[in-house]
Amino acid sequence: MYKIVRKKVLNPTVTLMEIDAPMVAKKAEPGQFIILRVDEDGERIPLTVADFDREKGTVTIIFQIVGATTEKLNHKNEGESIQDFVGPLGVASHTDGLKKVAVVGGGVGCAIAYPIAKKLHNLGCEVHSIVGFRNKDLVILEDEFGAVSDKLCMMTDDGSHGTKGLVTDALKQLIESGEKYDEVIAIGPLIMMKFVCALTKQYDIKTVVSMNPIMIDGTGMCGGCRLTVGGETKFACVDGPDFDGHLVDFDEAMERSSMYKPFERSKHEAVCNLYKNA
Amino acid sequence: MPNMSLKKNEMPAQEPNVRNKNFKEVALGYSEATALDEAARCLNCKNKPCVGGCPVNIDIPAFIHKVAENDFSGAYDVISKSSSLPAVCGRVCPQESQCEGKCVRGIKGDPVGIGRLERFVADWHNQHDDKPAEKPASNGHKAAVIGAGPAGLTCAGDLAKMGYDVTVYEALHLAGGVLVYGIPEFRLPKAIVRKEIDGLKALGVTINTNTVIGKTITVDELFEQGYEAIFIGSGAGLPRFMGIPGENLKGVYSANEFLTRVNLMKAYNADADTPVQHAKNVAVVGGGNVAMDAARCAKRLGAENVYIVYRRGEAEMPARNEEIEHAKEEGIIFKTLNNPVEILGDEHKFVTGMKCIEMELGEPDESGRRSPVEKKGSEFVLDVDCVIMSIGTSPNPLIRNTTEGLETNRKGCFVADENGLTSREGVFAGGDAVTGAATVILAMGAGKTAAKAMDEYIKSRG
Repeated sequence: MYKIVRKKVLNPTVTLMEIDAPMVAKKAEPGQFIILRVDEDGERIPLTVADFDREKGTVTIIFQIVGATTEKLNHKNEGESIQDFVGPLGVASHTDGLKKVAVVGGGVGCAIAYPIAKKLHNLGCEVHSIVGFRNKDLVILEDEFGAVSDKLCMMTDDGSHGTKGLVTDALKQLIESGEKYDEVIAIGPLIMMKFVCALTKQYDIKTVVSMNPIMIDGTGMCGGCRLTVGGETKFACVDGPDFDGHLVDFDEAMERSSMYKPFERSKHEAVCNLYKNA
Repeated sequence: MPNMSLKKNEMPAQEPNVRNKNFKEVALGYSEATALDEAARCLNCKNKPCVGGCPVNIDIPAFIHKVAENDFSGAYDVISKSSSLPAVCGRVCPQESQCEGKCVRGIKGDPVGIGRLERFVADWHNQHDDKPAEKPASNGHKAAVIGAGPAGLTCAGDLAKMGYDVTVYEALHLAGGVLVYGIPEFRLPKAIVRKEIDGLKALGVTINTNTVIGKTITVDELFEQGYEAIFIGSGAGLPRFMGIPGENLKGVYSANEFLTRVNLMKAYNADADTPVQHAKNVAVVGGGNVAMDAARCAKRLGAENVYIVYRRGEAEMPARNEEIEHAKEEGIIFKTLNNPVEILGDEHKFVTGMKCIEMELGEPDESGRRSPVEKKGSEFVLDVDCVIMSIGTSPNPLIRNTTEGLETNRKGCFVADENGLTSREGVFAGGDAVTGAATVILAMGAGKTAAKAMDEYIKSRG
């Protein structure tokens, strides 16, 4: 069992949890992920590492409540435990030799983009962060990004906070104004990453994306997380989760991620009803 | 007087049309009376050819003799001297090509039902004998085992019996390896696996789940923690795909994914949180035991038509005869001498069919099997909404990529000598991680051999 040592509600649908997992904390690097099960009959879900504290032996996860499992997880409180927590899995993000990077985060994807921005900043890299949310109420990690970014562009769809517009608008503006990036790192909804890649392709800027497909074991065993990258089949769990965004078949990834949508919806409703009746 | 009946006692089983709708065990096991009758068929030969056919060398005539004497507890003691997982082996071993294949009674008539008797004895023990295993006296040495599948569990059990302090590291949340994620409930109830693993824990074996060697800890760090020898039994878990168009459509699974969802994650149970597609028409590609397991699971999930699509003939199928027969009885449709060339999908990228081509057998290839050749112009479309690829697996690269000095072959399998010793001092390996995908009992045999070699290695260091 793995204890929840801290829980913080970041916005109505996004929660942060710091989990006591010393073995994972010792090895975790930005870009890697963990797999957890909330309870005995629970499903295994992958979540990317949002932060870690090697001395305290804790790993931080930030998750959006989208289905039955994240709903159950969100009902757990500080001091309670979750059943399983395994990692760190996948390959860590490559940060070597980068001098100037644009980090683009969308929604809860910012939780994954943040540790990478932080690591780059600590390595002395110039970091321009562009973060996008639907509206003011959903903004997370603004101060954290501010602390590790040489430039921070806050974007909201409705203009209720920061600048009205999409992350691609801000990125385009920066590039057009003459900013030269060694690399763009984009993490967020598939559709956002697809459009960031379409933009950076025009300017021929290397772009890395973090993929989060459906998976079970996270060690290469099931192949459920397979993606087409540059015409080849790759397993996100062992070959990724970071990939060259210009080579990823996003349309296929979007279709594959919808495989169990009806099941997920009905399970989520069932779990919500359970808590309502309790 | 021995029982000279030429036929072995039949295994009572659920009716095919009942069992193909539930996940309860198919074979129901011998009664005491049947076991006594079958045990009496053993001639108690002096040269014991059956023992030579057993990868873990169980003293078969001795345990059968105990059964015949009505001493089931004594029979169990004989088996457990050689095997750590008798209730498992009695169910999943390919006895026809091992012990029973060597049985003298098989020359004229059926061999003695050794597997069925082994299962009977193990089940009898599990039901009647609840004296806890005694923890052997410690010899003060530490050994680590990577992977809680058949190879690792056997190795751990044998080392624990010799007095070693053994820790098993398992990547998944549950110990058992293929016994829990792969082999379905109806062939090997999970309660039986749990019982066997509890037995190992009673011997003092520690099992650390949720630990991925190569990620959470490396082999070198295990040595730093004071383990004197390490056994790698990490299996062959990486699924292969065919590389044909349409394999990433929704509704295409590797057999590993499909079976893991159904077995380990219990997706057959409506209360489980893990989804699996309940398809109407399913094609399982491949002819091994895993393909049979996947097909029979798909049928039980409610599929109307389940096809086994295999590029060679039925005689060339690597699956056990019993599995093929069981699958047929349950209504699985065999489409042998057919090979998939493309998987077709709709505008939402769900599978709608599988294009196949008919094959004919040509000259024997290097494996001795006649290699299949395409029949020109014979393409046709099989109407399916789910395809399960069961064409083999290869070893996981996580350990070999993070451990210096561990030699592997072209296929990614660890290179080990006949005692399981790898190219690295103190590191032993066995099971599918060395041989590529094989059987439970061969993995157990390798775990057993390695345990002996590890003991000798540690003692030689003084």
